[in-house]
Amino acid sequence: MTPPVPTRPIRLTVNGIAREINADVRSSLLDLLRERIGLTGTKKGCDHGLCGACTVEVGHRRVLSCLTLAVSVDGADVHTVEGFADGDDPDPMQRAFIDHDGFQCGYCTPGQLCSARALLREFADGELSAASFDGDPDDVAAGPTRLTDAEIRERMAGNICRCGAYANIVAAIRSVHEAGDRRS
Amino acid sequence: MKAFDYHRAETVDDAVGQARRGARYYAGGTNLFDLMKRGVEDPGALVDIGSLPLDTVRSTDSGGVLIGALVSNSAVANHPLVRTSYPLLSQAILSGATAQIRNMATVGGNLLQRTRCPYFMDPAFGACNKRVPGSGCAARVGFNREHALFGASPHCVAVHPSDLAVALAAHDAVVHLHGPAGARALPIAEFFALPGERPERDTTVAAGELITGVELPASPYGAHSWYLKVRDRHSYAFALVSVAVGLHIDDGVVTSAAVVLGGVAAIPWRVPAAEAELVGQAPGPHTFAAAARAAVTDAQPLPQNGFKVTLAANSVVRALTRAAGRSQLRS
Repeated sequence: MTPPVPTRPIRLTVNGIAREINADVRSSLLDLLRERIGLTGTKKGCDHGLCGACTVEVGHRRVLSCLTLAVSVDGADVHTVEGFADGDDPDPMQRAFIDHDGFQCGYCTPGQLCSARALLREFADGELSAASFDGDPDDVAAGPTRLTDAEIRERMAGNICRCGAYANIVAAIRSVHEAGDRRS
Repeated sequence: MKAFDYHRAETVDDAVGQARRGARYYAGGTNLFDLMKRGVEDPGALVDIGSLPLDTVRSTDSGGVLIGALVSNSAVANHPLVRTSYPLLSQAILSGATAQIRNMATVGGNLLQRTRCPYFMDPAFGACNKRVPGSGCAARVGFNREHALFGASPHCVAVHPSDLAVALAAHDAVVHLHGPAGARALPIAEFFALPGERPERDTTVAAGELITGVELPASPYGAHSWYLKVRDRHSYAFALVSVAVGLHIDDGVVTSAAVVLGGVAAIPWRVPAAEAELVGQAPGPHTFAAAARAAVTDAQPLPQNGFKVTLAANSVVRALTRAAGRSQLRS
C-alpha cells in the first residue's frame, strides 16, 4: 500500500495578501506560487538553481523559489514580480528594462527584475560582491562607493539570459541606480 | 520525489533527537532539496533546523569570531567583523554561488554540501561509490577533467565544492558539533574525510551530530590575503582550481603563511610545504614560484585534468602576489 502523501497547511503573505494553502510537503515555493496561487509571473527555467528565472524575495532577501521547500518558509513575507507595478504604472526597474530593451523573449525577465531591485538595495546597504575586492582595499570594509558595470554583472551572475540581453540589462540597472529612482 | 515526514525543531536537543531517529537536518536546502529532486538523496524524514538560535556572529574572548551554523553565507560575507579581520573568508564566500543562493545557504550547510561530480549528481549513471557504495567510479575512466589532483583513491576522484571551506582551512577554523553523545569541537583539518575505502563519507561528523557553529581564532592574515578562483566562466561556476592564501609580513619578511588549494581534492588541500617556502623569506616572484612548485609536487593528475597542475601552480603565484600587495613586492 502506498503511504498517504503528507500535506501541510502553509501560510504565506504574497505581495501583501495573506494566503493559506494545504500543500504537499514536497512542494517548492515556485510550484506553490505558480500552480496553487496562480501567480505565473515567476518562471520555472531549470528547476535546479542554475538559471535564476524563479528568483523571488522571501523576507526581503532574493532567493531561488525552485530550491525553497515551501513548508520551510511557512509564515514568510514573499514578493514576486506581480507586486512590482502600481496598477498600470510600472516600477522604475520595469520601466528601465522597457526603455533599454533589457529582454528579448522575456522568460528570464521576472527573475532579472527581482534580482535587479534587490541588487540596488544590497548595494545601498554596503553589501559586497566578489568584484568589490578588485577595487580599493578600503571597499572591503566600507562597501564599494561606485556601482561599476563589473559590480552589476557580478551581482547579476545568478540570472541567466539565453537571448543574451545582458548589455541592455546592465544599462537598465545602471540607469535606475543613477536616477536614484527605486520604489523597492 | 519520495514523500517524507517533516518536523520543525524548536531546540537543538529536539533536532538532535529527531536526527537520532533517522531524520536529516534541513536548513537552506539549496543542495539537499536539489539532490532530493534528482533522486540522489531520499530521506524518509527531515528535521528543519531553521528556527534554532544559531544565527549570530560574535567575537570571542580570545580575539576570534564564532559564526553560528545557521548564519547565511551572505550575512557572514558582509559581517563587519569578517570584512575587517577575515577578508579572505568574505572573498571566498562571495566567489561561490550567487547572491540568491548565498542568501539561502547556511554556514553549516555549506560545509556539508556534496560533490558536484556529474556521476554523483545523476542516478542514471550506475557507477558512483559515493552515491551507491560498491558500485564503482565512472569518473576514473570517464569525464574527469574537473576531478581530484590530490588524495583520491581507486574508489573516488571527486572534489569538494566549497569555497568557504578552503578559506576556513587557511584560518585553522574549528567546527562546533552537538550530537547524541554531547558537544565537541573538531578542527577543520579533521572535519573532511578523504575517500579511501569509504567515499560515501564526506566528513568525520558522526550520525546525528549537528553543526552548531564555526570558530575562527584571531587571524594574522587580515592585511594580506587573497582568494583566487579559476573556473570555466567568470562567475557562478564551481572551481577548477582555487587558492586561499594568507601572509603575515613583518618588516619585509613573511613570518607566517597559509596556502590552501580548493577544487583539487575531497578536502581543502592545505600545503605545508608551500607555506615552508614562504616563511622567513621576503615576498617576491622567486619565493612565490618556489611555493607554487612545492604546492603541486605531489599532484597525481587523471587522464583529463593534467592542465589543473599548471593552473594550480600559476594560481598560487597570482594569489600570493595579490595577497602581498604591490608595496610589499621585491623582485
